[in-house]
Amino acid sequence: MDKLKLIIKREYLAKVRNKSFIIMTILSPLLIVGMVALVVFLTKVNADQKKVIAVFDESFLFAESFKATSTESFLLFHELSLKEAKDSVNAMGYYGLLHIPNRENIDAIAENTAFYSGKAPSISILSSMETIIENKIREKKLTKYGLGERDLQEISKSFELKTESFTGERNLKGVNEIKAIIGGAFGYLIMMFIIIYGAFVMRSVIEEKTSRIIEVIISSVKPFQLMLGKILGTAMAGVTQFVIWIISAGILSMILFSVMGISIGELNSTANLPPDAIDTMTKISESQSEIQLYVTELSKLPIITLIVSFIIYFILGYLIYSSIYAAIGAAVDNETDTQQFMIPVIMPLMLAIYVGFFSVFENPHGPIAVGFSLFPLTSPIVMLMRLPSGIGADGVPLWQLITSVILLIGTFVFIVWLASKIYRVGILMYGKKPSYKELYKWLKY
Amino acid sequence: MNNLLEAKDVVKKFGAFTALNKVSLEIPKESIFGLLGPNGAGKTTLIRIINQITYPDQGNVLFEGEPLQPKHIAMIGYLPEERGLYKSMKVGEQALYLAQLKGLHKQEAKKRLKYWFERLEIGDWWGKKVQELSKGMAQKIQFVVTVLHQPKLLIFDEPFSGFDPINANLIKEEILELRKQGSTVIFSTHRMESVEELCDHIALIHKSRKILDGNLIDIKKAYKNNTYEVGLESNDKHELKKELSSKFKVEDADFKTVGDELKLKIQLNDGGTANDLLSYLADKASVSHFIEMIPSASDIFIQTVNKNDING
Repeated sequence: MDKLKLIIKREYLAKVRNKSFIIMTILSPLLIVGMVALVVFLTKVNADQKKVIAVFDESFLFAESFKATSTESFLLFHELSLKEAKDSVNAMGYYGLLHIPNRENIDAIAENTAFYSGKAPSISILSSMETIIENKIREKKLTKYGLGERDLQEISKSFELKTESFTGERNLKGVNEIKAIIGGAFGYLIMMFIIIYGAFVMRSVIEEKTSRIIEVIISSVKPFQLMLGKILGTAMAGVTQFVIWIISAGILSMILFSVMGISIGELNSTANLPPDAIDTMTKISESQSEIQLYVTELSKLPIITLIVSFIIYFILGYLIYSSIYAAIGAAVDNETDTQQFMIPVIMPLMLAIYVGFFSVFENPHGPIAVGFSLFPLTSPIVMLMRLPSGIGADGVPLWQLITSVILLIGTFVFIVWLASKIYRVGILMYGKKPSYKELYKWLKY
Repeated sequence: MNNLLEAKDVVKKFGAFTALNKVSLEIPKESIFGLLGPNGAGKTTLIRIINQITYPDQGNVLFEGEPLQPKHIAMIGYLPEERGLYKSMKVGEQALYLAQLKGLHKQEAKKRLKYWFERLEIGDWWGKKVQELSKGMAQKIQFVVTVLHQPKLLIFDEPFSGFDPINANLIKEEILELRKQGSTVIFSTHRMESVEELCDHIALIHKSRKILDGNLIDIKKAYKNNTYEVGLESNDKHELKKELSSKFKVEDADFKTVGDELKLKIQLNDGGTANDLLSYLADKASVSHFIEMIPSASDIFIQTVNKNDING
């Protein structure tokens, strides 16, 4: 036990004192927060730059329908020739010119309407203009059939389905997606941890082989102790790094938010109030109560279940994969030889993430989700994506959770046994790159 | 109990390949035991079994009469042939770590390391990183780490590789000193002159089998075949050689002298003694050189391995 402690301590210190590790630890939160800040900044710049579109409406039917939005504003041209209009748009550097000619009927007008611009116009702007014209045409035609303004308002009412659970609570739209995203974040965290720190374990094993210290060490400790110490020491270094990341990212984003928060406030105060301000106000209050509903819904997430199972799946998943990484490191002489063995390791992880995002989001308790959340090499990721809906009737059935954990523990014991066998033989083998067949033979040494 | 270590019919197989085939050894206490053999004979496998890195398929190994157990690990110091150190770790820290893995307490390990570092005049390396050291310097540290916990059994696999002659001699002196203090040494090497200098017992392993073992002097006695190297000053060398050839088995010899005497190797029949030969020769010519030919460890090695290969 003392020896194991010594090994863990050495591996931990060797990792934590490593220069590139220190740099990564410090730099990553700065990079991530910096990136977020950059994205926010760029969107703001983009939004600030409104696109001005000139509308030359000779029919005088559409002019009032073009209302400024947050991304584009419209400028009405009158009593010009088309050529003059084009020239002035070009000279003023506007985004483009929408020309609506005057014709005998609305269909002919629509047919001859065109948009002129210097560069190819963006699809979103085109479609927003198309929608405006389409609506106006429909309105005109309906008026022709004798509908009054009130009738038009009646039929243009939008419709939204109200959702409710059987017990009468209001079901929120998208709450399943939010839950899945929370689970997905947990699963993704596990995958990243396994890939990053599993590779660290592997490299550390290869280093011991190439520096030829391995035989000195295993004349003092059992190979299994060394492997376990290495895996645990690296994991502790990883947890240290993650904690530093989370804390510093938290602090940085708090600073960032306070800066951004002020600028958001500025943005609001300078924004033009739309004419139907009352409508907007009611909408805001509605969405606020909706946010509250989301908050209460999310606060009903089985947080303790989630955290406990995250820890269980995290530990078991990491131990399984990192012992495979250790065995790979032991089997080869240098990192370039690891490629052929890496694919079978990365594959289940990738599969788990893709299955998670494409199948579990859609149907958290469908057969594919259930299957992959039981299969031990994918369950740490997929099960965590399912768990935010809780355990029991409308969540993950208890038997599935228990079966999955039992399968995982069984696999853990088997894989660690397998890996330690390969490790024990591999660390003393130099020279040739082994094949899978040889690895199988090593099991019997 | 006179033997520190005994191996009994040890068999180790790797798949279809037999690395050790019923190898038995007895290593007397406070001896320097030469474990010899061509490359790939199975020496390293045997050493690894003694270190409990691998385990025998059959047979057993006794340490002071007890079957090998984990507690014996702390009583063995092993300097493997494939050896190295963590490159990015500092010398002192690394030596402390390796010593603690052998079961020494930190304070005790520090004290002893200080002693050894001063003894080998490497005291100022403590804070250096291993990658700043030369190969010979790193070897010295490995040697210190091997002997630091005062093991009863020391196993050196090619200990002199990487050392210049001065340091090789320094290490040789240290090994002899350790034996004087009561350690038993297993010494595996291809350098026969160091076997000659150091070992008092040897075992020869060839193609997974032990083909020879015992006290080096006894082996030499067994291998000498009553052959003498002589230098004779005579007027008619040709006639003298002819005469001797009719009585003994005679071959030309080649050794360095100042004169140009007749140089011969003469093998006596069983029962013939050196005195008989000397008095016989003294009658015929003036004897300038007379020495019994004792086979060197190298001769024994080559002769035994070749004989074994012919016999299959």
